[in-house]
Amino acid sequence: MTVRVLLFASYADAIGQNELTLELDDGSVVGDVVSRVREMAGGRALPPAPLLALNAAYSTSAAVVRAGDEVAIIPPVAGG
Amino acid sequence: MSTARLTTQPIDSTSLIREVAADDRGAIVLFLGTVRNSNEGRPVNGIDYSAYDAMAVAEMQRIVSEAGSRFSGVAIALEHRVGTLSVGETSVAIACSHPHRAAALEANRYVIEELKRRVPIWKREHYLDGTSEWVDPLRRPAEAAP
Repeated sequence: MTVRVLLFASYADAIGQNELTLELDDGSVVGDVVSRVREMAGGRALPPAPLLALNAAYSTSAAVVRAGDEVAIIPPVAGG
Repeated sequence: MSTARLTTQPIDSTSLIREVAADDRGAIVLFLGTVRNSNEGRPVNGIDYSAYDAMAVAEMQRIVSEAGSRFSGVAIALEHRVGTLSVGETSVAIACSHPHRAAALEANRYVIEELKRRVPIWKREHYLDGTSEWVDPLRRPAEAAP
């Protein structure tokens, strides 16, 4: 199945893209997305347990992803 | 009745005040976050703000809704700007109104602290020496403390 992965700020700079499409096995969890992204060039700049969002709400790494979901890897936020 | 939104345009704080003003309000508290000319001793001449737009708006709406539950009767207008801002410009504005001042003040504090803690917005500071860096508040224990 295919999921959309969003990267922002320093994480997007590290990977060189702000959006990816990943092919994952059925039953994969949000944490699997992080593992895959950390294996990419520049991926080690991301911490092993970053903040995560699934479909625009904070999520744990154990949340199950489904086809078409949007997973975001969230750098330390700095609004205000 | 509360609102939360992102904008790419300069923030008009007067319009936020107007949104929450009403005859039964005895207090209106306005908070403005503005771009400071230095950070950790380094001269700053501007900040680029970016957001995960859909989630930032959803999270800001959750925060004003929580504030409405905690401080019954409060009305809130929250606006955060994204894009390139110069020193002195307003990056965030929060207007809270309530029949009485205590709830208006506390609700405003709640909204800005929660926004800084959890809304997915990032800033890249541009320094006078021509360099720039993503700001990571977690690397600054003194500033991260509530």
